[in-house]
Amino acid sequence: MGARPFASARRGEAKGRAPNVIGKCLMQQRRGATIAIAGLRKEFGEGRERVLALDGIDLTIAAGEFCCIVGPSGCGKSTLLRILAGLDHATSGAIDVDAKGWPVANAMVFQESGLFPWMNIEKNVGFGLMTRGVAAVEAGKRVDAALRLVGLTRFRHHYPHQLSGGMRQRGAIARAFVTDPGMLLMDEPFAALDAQNRTILQAELVRIWEETGKTVVYITHSIEEALLLGDRTVVMTAQPGRIKEIIDIPFRHPRNVMELSSTAEFGALKLSIWRILEDEVMRARAEIDG
Amino acid sequence: MRERSSKLNERLLYLASPIGLLAVWQLLLMLGFGDRRFIPAPSDIAVRFWELTESGELAWHTAVTLWRVLAGFVIGAVPAVAVGLLMAMFRPARIFFDPLIAALMPIPKVALMPLLLLAFGFGDASKIALVAIAVFFPVIVNTYAGAANIDRIYWDVAKNFGASTYVMFTRVVFFGALPLIFAGLKIALAVSFVVLVAAEFVASKTGIGYLIWNSWELLQVDYMFVGIVVIGILGLISAVAFQEIERKVIPWKAP
Ligand SMILES: Nc1ncnc2c1ncn2[C@@H]1O[C@H](COP(=O)(O)OP(=O)(O)OP(=O)(O)O)[C@@H](O)[C@H]1O
Ligand SMILES: [Mg+2]
Repeated sequence: MGARPFASARRGEAKGRAPNVIGKCLMQQRRGATIAIAGLRKEFGEGRERVLALDGIDLTIAAGEFCCIVGPSGCGKSTLLRILAGLDHATSGAIDVDAKGWPVANAMVFQESGLFPWMNIEKNVGFGLMTRGVAAVEAGKRVDAALRLVGLTRFRHHYPHQLSGGMRQRGAIARAFVTDPGMLLMDEPFAALDAQNRTILQAELVRIWEETGKTVVYITHSIEEALLLGDRTVVMTAQPGRIKEIIDIPFRHPRNVMELSSTAEFGALKLSIWRILEDEVMRARAEIDG
Repeated sequence: MRERSSKLNERLLYLASPIGLLAVWQLLLMLGFGDRRFIPAPSDIAVRFWELTESGELAWHTAVTLWRVLAGFVIGAVPAVAVGLLMAMFRPARIFFDPLIAALMPIPKVALMPLLLLAFGFGDASKIALVAIAVFFPVIVNTYAGAANIDRIYWDVAKNFGASTYVMFTRVVFFGALPLIFAGLKIALAVSFVVLVAAEFVASKTGIGYLIWNSWELLQVDYMFVGIVVIGILGLISAVAFQEIERKVIPWKAP
């Protein structure tokens, strides 16, 4: 079957930065959603099972920003994203998302693809259009474009179980993009992939983001990934999750993901973020071990 | 090509066990084990089978039984699936139906036959009602279990991508529960033959159950076996048909 590597098909077009057909279809001259989080707090459970997952989160994310979040396991990253997506409610605090001019406020890419096993790829990708009553012809065009964007056109009639993990993840990305959301919420989307596929998808994601101007909130446990992709990296503390530090990432766009990671500057920044994160990871581990 | 022949092999293997059983049975009786007046050989049964087929009697009984099973099955299964899904989606529905199901499920459904005769009379309706009731419970329990065990991520995805309650119901919960719904339908099909034949023993003058019981009362053991064989064949055919439907309807679970 040999999945054709995602990027190669459009190499020629992408080089000149000329907006290609797909890009034109999805590209918007709008700026992504803005997000303002103030005093956010989230508790789970009651009594002895009470867990304070998030505490005092203040964060403003600018329109079109690519914001990465790193933090030790269990610090509430997924919880924060779920609250942003409206899948969960904050215990207290305010969230203000301004996605004016976008058909859909947000779309999430889950840690596992979450493609419905009972729909083929085409149906899965078109799901968010079907639910919103987009007319069939228009929906068909947009699904075509999204499938081309992630290189799954040949597999449109396949079911998820017939695809590799990487292809499924690409399907999930297409499903999110096709709805044209003001912000993309991504929860360790590439964590389960092999290194090669991850690199290819990272490059592709950066390219798509540069073209579409969407706001991205991207959770990762990899500092390297945060540096490669983001404008800023938010480092969170171990539970309860608070914001420990926000680091601006100085690398200029458009980035070449593969070249960037081998520069000295990159290595130095990576080390300094690790120093910030290290204590928290150790604290989280100490708590797990009792 | 190779795939095709291996599929054919599988189908042959599927038929091997019933055919093997018949062969052993015939052989034992021909070797003189057992009294052929009480335990007829497959060849004897085949002769009677042919007689009854020629007279049209068998076709009539079979048609009556099949009609009752089919009608009762549909009438019982459709609401069971709908209510099972509602229970998984809406907590109040679950709280409302749970005790009802728990209380009614263990009642042997055949015990309801006198009541159903009172309510629906001696005709087809009472038998169809019995099948419907018997089908309802395994299907609703399986449907609910299937829907309740749908991975949380699919609910989240559906919600995040703007699914309405209706879309949730028809595109997510239903399909997510479908593999277990099918398991429930298979159990229900077997159960419906069981209760129907039992009901036809006493409460009917038609149907395969009647044929079996009547032959027994007349001590025509070989005719009785024709009825039993027909039920077996119907069971086999419906199981194979179900398997094929399942393959078509649940391609993502197909072996
Ligand atoms: N539905 C829930 N009920 C109770 N507690 C929960 C629930 N969801 C999350 N938690 C708790 O909230 C905390 C944060 O969980 P969360 O999944 O957000 O962590 P995370 O940062 O995404 O971790 P990881 O990196 O391992 O994915 C954990 O302590 C977890 O036990
Ligand atoms: Mg998480």
